[in-house]
Amino acid sequence: MTALTNVLRELAGLFVDDGALALTIIAIVALAGMVAMLMPGVPLAAGAILLFGCLAALLSSVARSDRR
Amino acid sequence: MTGSLALIWPVVTAAFLASLVEAVEALTIVLAVATVRGWRPAGLGAIAGLGALALIVVALGPLLDRVPLHLLQLVIGVLLLLFGMRWLRKAILRSAGVIPLRDEATAFAAETAELREQARRNEARLDWIGGVTTFKAVLLEGLEVVFIVIALGSGRGKLVPASVGAVAACLLVAAVGLIVHRPLARVPENTLKFAVGIMLSAFGVFWTGEGLGVDWPGADLAIVGFAAAFLAVSGAAVVLARRPKAEVLS
Repeated sequence: MTALTNVLRELAGLFVDDGALALTIIAIVALAGMVAMLMPGVPLAAGAILLFGCLAALLSSVARSDRR
Repeated sequence: MTGSLALIWPVVTAAFLASLVEAVEALTIVLAVATVRGWRPAGLGAIAGLGALALIVVALGPLLDRVPLHLLQLVIGVLLLLFGMRWLRKAILRSAGVIPLRDEATAFAAETAELREQARRNEARLDWIGGVTTFKAVLLEGLEVVFIVIALGSGRGKLVPASVGAVAACLLVAAVGLIVHRPLARVPENTLKFAVGIMLSAFGVFWTGEGLGVDWPGADLAIVGFAAAFLAVSGAAVVLARRPKAEVLS
């Protein structure tokens, strides 16, 4: 059981290292999804939120780690 | 058609480079076990790991066809963003000297020291421990390779090119490892992780957008633009976070 828990924890670790970064990415995707639903005539708006949101999240995560 | 063809090489290259990094990490652990306990437990554990991996692929692979394409693109895209940006963030911090670079020789020494300590405590079970260690290493690093292949290949029917890239990397590392019998410390792992992190993040933005119904300008070629944007921002982040070597955290 412990081995299985360890494997599952390591699998989760493949995707989540900085929890704040992971949560920010999920929030950006959710926001882009909402914009895509509410503004179907401007699909690129969701794309722009996705791209620039991810770039900003990356910069922010690096800056946070640098300050620690 | 041009866009589709243009996507093959980035897919093959990303799968090859990402798998190269994972295979090098797995090889370090297999070599550590082989050094302490010999090739029998190391090899048996590695073969069992590959077998378990094959079972997972055979069992779960056909399910991919049953998932609606947009949902598959969205899920894979989000996972790629999480996975790729995690790699990229770490590579940036390592390039800037905020955290130390990964060193396969150090990882090898740490793994052999831990196995020797376990040997001191419980000699009789060590073959078993060695086998389980290589099994876990091959299975976990292999799962990363499988995820990368699925993530890069499944969205637009590029599973074969992605698999070719991944298998070529694993065979190359296995062959070189068998010949030199040493951890592959000269592989520029952080540079590879930097490049792959950029490519996976770019693919992640692309697939997530496709899953949300975004019609990207230039279709598949938009990935090149995303990669350029991630490269520019990552380069700027390295410069902004760069610090003298003496300050690097251990």
